[in-house]
Amino acid sequence: MIKQERHVLVIFPHPDDEAFGVSGTISTYREMGIPVTYACLTLGEMGRNFGNPPFANRETLPQIRKQELLKAAEAMGIDDLRMMGLRDKTVEFEDDEKMVKLVADLIEETQPSLVISFYPNLSVHPDHDATARAVVRAVRRMPESDRPTLYTIAFAHNTKEVLGEPDIIHHVEGAAKKKLATMNAHASQTVWMMKDMEKRLADQDPEALKWLHYERFYTYRWDRDFE
Amino acid sequence: MEPVQPAHLQELIDSFANKDVYIHLETTNGSYASHFKEGFFNAGAFIRNVVVKYELGKVAGESPHRIGLKLPYGWVYAQGITHYTLDEHGRLLMAGLDPEGKLAVSLEISETPFTY
Repeated sequence: MIKQERHVLVIFPHPDDEAFGVSGTISTYREMGIPVTYACLTLGEMGRNFGNPPFANRETLPQIRKQELLKAAEAMGIDDLRMMGLRDKTVEFEDDEKMVKLVADLIEETQPSLVISFYPNLSVHPDHDATARAVVRAVRRMPESDRPTLYTIAFAHNTKEVLGEPDIIHHVEGAAKKKLATMNAHASQTVWMMKDMEKRLADQDPEALKWLHYERFYTYRWDRDFE
Repeated sequence: MEPVQPAHLQELIDSFANKDVYIHLETTNGSYASHFKEGFFNAGAFIRNVVVKYELGKVAGESPHRIGLKLPYGWVYAQGITHYTLDEHGRLLMAGLDPEGKLAVSLEISETPFTY
């Protein structure tokens, strides 16, 4: 059961961060008629997949990934996509207050009932963790009664030890086609993974089907704040 | 980008010598390296849009090549360069790609600043 929302604000640092574990949820919200704003902080400028023979170089990659992001947004039915202009791998080095303000401004403008991002310090990539810290801090500064719900993703190896099992499980089988289309939209990042994934899905591999049909989140708990 | 032709790359490097040029230099194992391989010591470095003027630049070794730039008071070098291109903005882009096409090192030289 996916709860009704007024407006959903999704904040991730890289094009494709939304694809793997949230695109089914986003697509479902859009089908329910719920507005979704996706703020993507960078264009994944420092990605490493250039192919062999290479299809891109360090300077052309951002434009390729921007086009992929636009295509992914279209696949999910997102009509409010924000590209925030930061550089991949530098988010943690930005001024912390500037980052909090970036998030606070997005919240102020879109008045979300739900924010979706990473969980601080359990999200492996330094940009993920930096984004998550800014999101948590921005929401924490709001009066308790005004705070949107915060759904977070965490995938560090020690996640279960720290957070236990996710409390929110979305059944998104109905959005499977859109989820696959979103994954495929980010071709420069996913083409290798998707070749394998499509074979596993064709073979009815239970883990692959579980990935496609279910998305999991930890509701951020203010009584167990990360800092 | 194409596989390095050392003589051609050497000509291109020579063409940027003794000029103020913007440098992009990075090495990387990828941000997930120690996630996928526990205990992996992940290290890298990144500079972008630092201006230098080199008096001598060399392509050395068999592929993957080493590129060294001698500055009046120092050095820039990159190891593992496999591919290069002179792009439509006249920038010399060099990269070291592993067999799967993942970038491990990049050295770029331009007379105009790179984007942010």
